[in-house]
Amino acid sequence: MKITNQNRRKVYAWLIVLVGLHLVIACAGFFAPYDPTLQNRERPYAPPMRVHWFDATGHIHARPFVYSQQLRAGSFDEYEEDKSSALPMSFFVSGSPYKLLGVIPLHTHLFGAGETQVFLLGSDGYGRDLFSRMLFGGQISLLAGLMAASLALCTGLLIGALAGFFGGWTDEILMRVAELFLALPWLYLLFAVRAFLPLSVSPLQAFLMVALLIGAVGWARPARLIRGVVLSAKERDYVPAARGFGASDFYLLRRHILPSTWSVILTQAALLIPQYVLAEVTLSFLGLGVPEPTPSWGNLLASLQQYSVLTSYWWMYLPGLAMVPFFLGYLALASALQTSAEGSKI
Amino acid sequence: MDRRPEGFRRGISRRIVATALSALLISAAFFQQARPQDKTRNVGTNADLLTLPGEIGNRGGRLVVSLRAEPKTLNPLIANDAPSRQVIGAMQADLIHINRATQMTEPALAKSWTVSKDGLQYTLKLREGVQFSDGHPLDADDVVFSFHLYLDEKVAAPQRDLLIVGGKPLAVKKVDPHTVTFELAKPYGAAERLFDGLAILPKHLLEQPYKEGKLDQAWSLGTPGNQISGAGPFRLKEYVAGQRLVLERNPYYWKVDGEANRLPYLDELDYLFVPSADAEVIRFQAGETDLIGISRVAADNFAALSRQVGGHKMIDAGPGLEYNFLFFNLNELGAKASPEIVRKQKWFADVRFRQAVSLAVDRQAIVRLVYQGRGAPLWGPVTPADRRWLNSSLPQPARSIDKARELLRSAGFSWKTQSGAEQLIDSRGAPVEFSVITSASNAERLKMTTLIQDDLKQLGMLVQVVPLEFRSLLDRVMQTKEYDACVLGVANYDADPNADMNVWLSNGGSHFWNMGETKPATPWEAEIDRLLEQQLASRTAEERKRIYDRVQQIINDNEPLIFLASPDILVGAKNSVGNFHPAVLEPYVLWNVEQIYLRTGAQSARQ
Repeated sequence: MKITNQNRRKVYAWLIVLVGLHLVIACAGFFAPYDPTLQNRERPYAPPMRVHWFDATGHIHARPFVYSQQLRAGSFDEYEEDKSSALPMSFFVSGSPYKLLGVIPLHTHLFGAGETQVFLLGSDGYGRDLFSRMLFGGQISLLAGLMAASLALCTGLLIGALAGFFGGWTDEILMRVAELFLALPWLYLLFAVRAFLPLSVSPLQAFLMVALLIGAVGWARPARLIRGVVLSAKERDYVPAARGFGASDFYLLRRHILPSTWSVILTQAALLIPQYVLAEVTLSFLGLGVPEPTPSWGNLLASLQQYSVLTSYWWMYLPGLAMVPFFLGYLALASALQTSAEGSKI
Repeated sequence: MDRRPEGFRRGISRRIVATALSALLISAAFFQQARPQDKTRNVGTNADLLTLPGEIGNRGGRLVVSLRAEPKTLNPLIANDAPSRQVIGAMQADLIHINRATQMTEPALAKSWTVSKDGLQYTLKLREGVQFSDGHPLDADDVVFSFHLYLDEKVAAPQRDLLIVGGKPLAVKKVDPHTVTFELAKPYGAAERLFDGLAILPKHLLEQPYKEGKLDQAWSLGTPGNQISGAGPFRLKEYVAGQRLVLERNPYYWKVDGEANRLPYLDELDYLFVPSADAEVIRFQAGETDLIGISRVAADNFAALSRQVGGHKMIDAGPGLEYNFLFFNLNELGAKASPEIVRKQKWFADVRFRQAVSLAVDRQAIVRLVYQGRGAPLWGPVTPADRRWLNSSLPQPARSIDKARELLRSAGFSWKTQSGAEQLIDSRGAPVEFSVITSASNAERLKMTTLIQDDLKQLGMLVQVVPLEFRSLLDRVMQTKEYDACVLGVANYDADPNADMNVWLSNGGSHFWNMGETKPATPWEAEIDRLLEQQLASRTAEERKRIYDRVQQIINDNEPLIFLASPDILVGAKNSVGNFHPAVLEPYVLWNVEQIYLRTGAQSARQ
């Protein structure tokens, strides 16, 4: 019992971390200083700006500040810090309009520095703020992962429960189909399907398509797991007992069998979400996801396919790091969930 | 990921739409660097040798270069892809050649020529004692035979269209073993430029396959070296599928340097096949190749290579002949066409709409962000590289969103605000929304399109960028005509208006915005047709220039293509490569391959 309590605390701790991270991404409009598609054509491939508290003379400033960047004369991408002009950063500034959580129209941003754009993580080849793009890109990638995972789990739950509960030829057919899906090299399948669909699609359509595709391909593994749980659950003594009292199939499933699959579903969700986020990233990286100028973690990394970007602009790798805390959170949550599920069985 | 910046180039043919490869090499031979003094010399033989001025080099050595794809054939009669033309260029020679540095014609296998007073007959004197690379002599019979093949409809050579002047094929006649005449049905401005790139083929090797009707199988890559010959500086030595093609020095070559040494200097010329532009850069960086720039190096890679201090130098040869442009679908679509496109065509057909788009495009930003400043903004099809033909009086209006809006307003468009964003709507209230297709594997053009998308957003136009595989893009533009707008580029092989005619003639094979017109669709297209015919018939360069200036003006007034920018030709070579003088005409780096040599260690240290 002690183990379970400790684990439950772990589960909650990781859940809070994850909720926090997701809130930041969901409120990207507030945390991001600029519109992710805003091009500053005077400053392509600007390196990240350092936030200072102390100026060159060693004086401490009340507010953090940045030095403005000057393009070295005649060069395309070499910048110098202009030490003479310290730009103090302001907080809760008014800027480009956005919709918080997609509904509330606002134009307050967490920070800014007046007219000059602050590139916390540098800018890309069009002079777009990488920090803003990373936050907004997370919305697409995470939402695609969440949607795909819920689609895969719902399908998996339905098919797994049917196969496990009814058994016989239903089970045979459904499980053979599931094995077929498991055996498919999913990445190539996604390529093939994506190639068949029209190329000229709006970002929203492309996004839904990607999420649907990933979800539709991924249902087999959860289905098999759920079938296993259902198989063992229906042999428990209370199930034949309930049936003896005249319970219907539907009642048995709802009341006695599906609740026992709950922990498997949660663990699976925690495992599948990062996996599907990665699938979206892969597709977008290869140019099959959401189109420019809409950012996603995958197409932010796509420019790294160019040798010159790979060798010249290290900050273009940073969007890759954004995924790390999320994946860490999900995997830790999955492991905590699994331990607590095992604990509760004892 | 394949990132080769393929271009859209037209070669010898007017119909042929070139492959998805960047450095389409149109010419078939590379020659002199400055105007050669054609003093005939005898070096042990009785041959009329051509003496080239320039630095005297060392004999021997092997030059390794990279190609972004394997050549498909070594047969000039069927070669249609860039790598094939590139290799054939080093193996074959033509009668009259365009010097890539001076852009003027020069004697090659023909040592001199005369034109009759009416401009209809050209008499060419061939160099005596010239031999093919297998030692067989080259004479008027080979010339007549070669042109017979180029003109034979059954051979279907890509060069054929070019040799039909005034509706009739060129008539070729042998006068004596070293004199040939060419008759034209109509006067043709700069007709001697036609001969550039037309390889003179060995009759003794190709007559047999021609008679058997097997010409299209002749001279494949698998053919043994002793069954292929040409009058170019190199001949075939070895081909390893998927890896490399090795050419060796042609000992019978007909050029010598200032000290009467037989050219070429190099013993071997190796072409390595690499999969992409990035792979090409990495190979060059690792020192595995001596030269880079058979296909122009992209600006970002050029910058990365320039930053590296090492045994190589990178050269910006200046603006090339490539022009990139945006155009709208103005085809007359039949009843089967998608009503969506037909509806949008009402906007596209209005010249004020096109002008507004042109005014909104930030060309300076394209030059700076796509070419890192190594390029030129464009307002017409003639690039700054082509000083002789550029109409410098064309207006170059600065970007102006206000003027663009005014034009749109006068054309009946208006704006409404929807969910915070301003949206352009047409006179019937429909939002102006369209997609622009572009080649997915061309990073430069993709970037241009993304910039245009943002430019046009400021006019309230909703633009979708659609990257397509190059072949399916061409299929949409040329065949199915299912597209709204497209960004494409053309790289001419010659700095002469005739090279660009198939874009501007209303029935031209690359009349992109309205393919296959049976008669000119608009009065201004008819006017361009008339002027182009007129310049063909005129005999002085001044007259032709005056007419072509007018053509450029009409194009500028009507903006069927919205010109964007032209990239500089960026190349590089190891310091050990001597006589490296890149040109802005293709082939950029190997046009003087017979003079290129490798310095010894001490010589390159001094460099």
